[in-house]
Amino acid sequence: MIPGALREAVARDGEQIVYVPRERLLETMTWLKQTPGQKFDYLVDVTAVEFRDRERPLEVVYFLRSLKRKADLRVKVELNSSEELAVDSVWGLWRGADWLEREVFDMFGITFTGHPDLRRILMWETYAEGNPLRKNFPLRGRFSRAEQVRQALNASPEAHYSMEELSIAEASDDLPEDMRERLKRGERGVIPEPPATP
Amino acid sequence: MSKRVVELELATPGVDAQGRASRVPLTADRAPEPGLDQEHMLVNIGPQHPATHGVLRLVVELDGETVVRCIPHLGYLHSGFEKLGEYRHYNQIIPLTDRTDYLSPMSNNVGFALAAEKLMGVEITPRCTVLRVIACEMSRIISHMVWLGTTSIDLGAFTPFLWAFQQREKIYDLQEMWTGARLTTSLTRVGGLLADIPDGFVEKLRDFTKTFPKTLGEIDRVLTRNAVWAGRTQGVGTLTAEEAINYSLSGPMLRASGVAYDVRKDKPYLGYETYDFDVIVGEHGDVFDRYLVRLEECHQSNRILEQALDRLPDGPINVDDPKVILPSKTLAMTDMEAMIFHFKQVMEGVKAPVGEAYIGIENPKGELGNYLVSDGTAKPVRWRIRPPSFINLSALPKMAEGHLLSDLIAINASVDIVMGEVDR
Repeated sequence: MIPGALREAVARDGEQIVYVPRERLLETMTWLKQTPGQKFDYLVDVTAVEFRDRERPLEVVYFLRSLKRKADLRVKVELNSSEELAVDSVWGLWRGADWLEREVFDMFGITFTGHPDLRRILMWETYAEGNPLRKNFPLRGRFSRAEQVRQALNASPEAHYSMEELSIAEASDDLPEDMRERLKRGERGVIPEPPATP
Repeated sequence: MSKRVVELELATPGVDAQGRASRVPLTADRAPEPGLDQEHMLVNIGPQHPATHGVLRLVVELDGETVVRCIPHLGYLHSGFEKLGEYRHYNQIIPLTDRTDYLSPMSNNVGFALAAEKLMGVEITPRCTVLRVIACEMSRIISHMVWLGTTSIDLGAFTPFLWAFQQREKIYDLQEMWTGARLTTSLTRVGGLLADIPDGFVEKLRDFTKTFPKTLGEIDRVLTRNAVWAGRTQGVGTLTAEEAINYSLSGPMLRASGVAYDVRKDKPYLGYETYDFDVIVGEHGDVFDRYLVRLEECHQSNRILEQALDRLPDGPINVDDPKVILPSKTLAMTDMEAMIFHFKQVMEGVKAPVGEAYIGIENPKGELGNYLVSDGTAKPVRWRIRPPSFINLSALPKMAEGHLLSDLIAINASVDIVMGEVDR
């Protein structure tokens, strides 16, 4: 019996799905990785699913594999969109989770607590339109084309570097105050509301 | 960046005591400029740099010429394929899969079609299965040929590039014969294929499988025992088996580190368990072993192609289910029932039952996963690509640490990234 399992299901491809409460995710994952007889040593993928039905919770999906036993397992954590979207990071167990969790953070806005470098990965750090794969994100984006062009033209070269990189080059002190402020805030600041559509 | 100007003293050729032009020393033999010896430098490579194999940008912290830290920046080619997929029917997604890993488009088509078929519970025909194996192995060969050519150019060997691209061109001709397109093939449909192979295709592919090993042998002779090649690649970017597993690497990257995991053997699809081929495993996990693994995999792909051609059965390429496969144009124009199915498929799309399916296939770059979640409509709720080169690339900072800047180019090349897939 997998510790912390809320319920189990079988996917249409025959794989086993285990639902785990958010609080016990790390405990369950550690158990799955380290227990003899389980030994899920390989993290295939981390992703999230949001359903068109707004009532349904978001799911964070972990694809685990045991290379020796040639067995797969899918672990899911359900997050209500009304609550804070946060789960514990599995970065400490599988280093492969590094970029995968960053991508889920970028695309869905789910925070992975304990991830050492949780930055946007596919969108740029100052991207202010929200999280593209959420269902409330329009296909064409939140800002108009003109606004996107305006922002791109106004971006200074320093905006292409992260705070960490600027600190290596000791250039962060040369930046104007507002830019330092903006870079520090990154995407984790307040996302501007999209203009109301008539 | 801080406005620090480093003045370079441009040496001019002088004249020595005998009146001959003296040679300019390549390295200046003098004390480092004060204040520069302890400072780390930040160097930006890309996104428009040929050695990054696409629009990858690397910000590298250097101590002299040694890489202290390498920070990749992605997303310059982000096209939101996964988001777009949520607004399209299953068959309309297939053209998007061409554009992810555009160096092996047919293989991507197959991966997506397999996932959609698993979700819908569609069983494909025997002829279609074998043709898809041929498509996958042809893709592996062209992808590895591009990798071999571009990597050898990165490390200063020009000839293998020409040989590799010549072979790739032959496969592209075959792709064009089959699908009408060289790059964006859109080969598969849910439950079948775009088209059957044309006349003369089998003979042409057979010719290719006969001549191709000769080119591989030539490349092997030029590179494998080449002192420059070995010196640039051996012991560079080493990853142990544990590290490779921990970083979720897949494909040749994982196998070069000594982990014998191949999706075709360990989670077979398309009947790969019935083909006779070897899983190529490296020993040291460095750039050289990755090269050897890829080179030998081309031989194995060639073997699979020969076996597939031998066993290619006759029969239909599409499943006999009017709900999934479009009726022929003639039938749609003459038969009432066929016309209704045609109309419903074009207007409503193929509906998938509620549920989810994941299938991983062994793409040239690694395990390509397609994860589809359906809520019962004709458009997926979520289409997730597990991008092999994105995940392989995530080990780049770890591999590059402590190596020279010039080795970073070799290491980055050895990952075999394609930015269309990394950024999606």
